[in-house]
Amino acid sequence: MHLVYPAVLAALLFCTGLYGVLARRNAILVLMSVELMLNAVNLNLVAFDVWLRDELHAGQALTLFTIAIAAAEIGIGLAIVLLVYRNRGTADIDRLRDLAESGQHTEPADRERQAEATA
Amino acid sequence: MTGTGLTALAAQAPGTTALAAKAHGFLSPTGVEVAFLLVGLVTLGAALVTVTTKQLVHAALWLVVTLGGLAVEYLLLTAEFIAWVQVLIYVGSVVVLLLFGLMLTKAPIGRSPDADSGNRWPALGVAVAAAAALVWVVTDAFRATWIDLEGAAAAGEGSTKVTGEFLFRHWVLPFEALSVLLLAALVGAIVLSRRENGGRR
Repeated sequence: MHLVYPAVLAALLFCTGLYGVLARRNAILVLMSVELMLNAVNLNLVAFDVWLRDELHAGQALTLFTIAIAAAEIGIGLAIVLLVYRNRGTADIDRLRDLAESGQHTEPADRERQAEATA
Repeated sequence: MTGTGLTALAAQAPGTTALAAKAHGFLSPTGVEVAFLLVGLVTLGAALVTVTTKQLVHAALWLVVTLGGLAVEYLLLTAEFIAWVQVLIYVGSVVVLLLFGLMLTKAPIGRSPDADSGNRWPALGVAVAAAAALVWVVTDAFRATWIDLEGAAAAGEGSTKVTGEFLFRHWVLPFEALSVLLLAALVGAIVLSRRENGGRR
């Protein structure tokens, strides 16, 4: 098989995931796009492992490790998203502006919560 | 680096391009290549729908098609064990976790018009530019490179037996470190998702 086929498919999948990460607003959709990017890397690893026929099979071993790390990442990421949702009432990454410079974008829910905390 | 890898690298020299093309043929794709191309088109289309659809649950379901298509691509590349791991872990658990996440954050069923943020067009520009650059570089670099699928399949490169041998002979230490990482992730997820006042009472 021509090596260009898997390499080009992996590049296009990676860029699809890149678009999703940059353009999506819901945090869980961003996590899905991250999965797409990780899968593109996996496809590259498998294709180059079959091409090079490495004795250590580094490509396939690293693919298995990437899959396990992706599973860990999605678990932690979802826990964080759920925590943010429980505290803020939204999983919308455009509205999580606590680290922004101006400080004028504080959500009403946040102010309510702060007042509750100080009381 | 193995000897086959070096010879394959040597095959990239410009003078041998025509020779390699004559041996394999640019215009007469094999059946595996045709199957790879068709499944790749389905995979890429499903990925595009995943990142563009307005319905959040549909995005997760199209992600299943993408990941399943990638599993078929792994099978076509003779990486059999990885294909089944992909089906088990990604299609089986990661997508279910994502669906749980969508449900627990009360994602609207049906169309949600604000699924895309305001920087959609800059994101499209960045993605198209990256795709053009990557595809150009990759096709230019691997124009005359062929994978010896028959040899890999005959040697059983991706079978469970070979995978177990190299994983537990050469990669034992990273494997064990990875199990510690998974344990840490598990504990971290539990600590994060536990309710704050649950422990104090």
